[in-house]
Amino acid sequence: MMFMPGANPAMLRDAGLYGADSLMFDLEDAVSIAEKDTARALVHFALKTFDYGDTETIVRINDLNTVGKLDIDAVVRAGVDVVRLPKTETAQDVIDADEVITEVEKACGREVGSTGIFAAIESAEGVLNALSIAKASPRVRGIALGAEDYVTNLKTQRAYGDNMQLYFAREMILHAARTAGVAAVDTVYSDVDNMDGFREEVAHIKTLGFDGKSVINPRQIPVVNEVYAPTEKEIQKAKEIVWAAREAEEKGLGVISVRGKMVDKPVIMRAERTIMLAKASGLIGEEDL
Amino acid sequence: MGREEVPFLPTGIGVIRNMELKQQAVAGTAESSDIMITIDPVGGDAVDISLDSSVEKAFGDRIREVIAETLKNLGVTGVKVTAVDKGALDCTVQARTIAAVYRAAGNAGEFDWKEIDAWNA
Repeated sequence: MMFMPGANPAMLRDAGLYGADSLMFDLEDAVSIAEKDTARALVHFALKTFDYGDTETIVRINDLNTVGKLDIDAVVRAGVDVVRLPKTETAQDVIDADEVITEVEKACGREVGSTGIFAAIESAEGVLNALSIAKASPRVRGIALGAEDYVTNLKTQRAYGDNMQLYFAREMILHAARTAGVAAVDTVYSDVDNMDGFREEVAHIKTLGFDGKSVINPRQIPVVNEVYAPTEKEIQKAKEIVWAAREAEEKGLGVISVRGKMVDKPVIMRAERTIMLAKASGLIGEEDL
Repeated sequence: MGREEVPFLPTGIGVIRNMELKQQAVAGTAESSDIMITIDPVGGDAVDISLDSSVEKAFGDRIREVIAETLKNLGVTGVKVTAVDKGALDCTVQARTIAAVYRAAGNAGEFDWKEIDAWNA
């Protein structure tokens, strides 16, 4: 998920060129208070004009108590895939946004429910309420950790390289996402010149189980794709498992074995995820299966 | 913001009426791919557009046309527009013009998308 300011016409135009899985146009923190109105207009026209292909479009709106409702009106009408809520603290925050989105969908003739919600969790309260937030609306596609505000709320600061600092928040968000069946996306890595540190953090959050990483610079995208892309060996093994599972299903068999090891449902699910990641990384196509 | 049908418009749709300009307003920047639009209410019925564009030779007429159409759709007259363009696409010219007009009318950011989207349908 690549973050980019909604106030910059050149970035909005070029956003689709970098190979991100999803693009997040920011109307919140990346836009000064004086330019909230102009950025709202730019993002509306960008969504209506540019063809971002299969890349998911997300807009981070402002708080509903400020100009968030105007943001929702502008982007839902323009066909955005997902609205990202900032600083989500309770399930009610999601329910309130859901109501505004529904109102706009009805007003512009868009299918009710077709706009997703991505909830950013950026405070201690949000972390403790992660599960109820993730389950607050069928629109919720995912939840994400916003670490900069979160550490400020905890009265500390980011300590890059320290994997324990965000451990609790990351685990809470992961467990909530998995329980609710939505995506879990990790926070940004702001030190864009430290590519080694970035790579380490991506490897860490992949091991924890996150579905992806938020990025703030196009240079970070290939690193995420590389770390998340399965190796040739992993893909081959996953293919064998998926093929064996298909064959077993056709023959009505239960437990099967691949390369002398027992394969049951969790193993098959992991293999299917490997195949999905390989496809997303462009390493295999449908014909390979 | 009152509205009424204006049948003589080529698109045949209604326009926002009474978009009364109250003050000078600016929207946009001088960065590449952007356009800075300054709106000055001057009274009367005239629409005067002055453009300084880095792509004048190829796109100057088109940019003036997009600004003029947008003002017409917004029902704005009695205006002097000063535009400094650095290679903005049509969608950016529209976004900046609309934002500047809404600012000049004292309704910054409260866009009527139903109406605006109908022009581009």
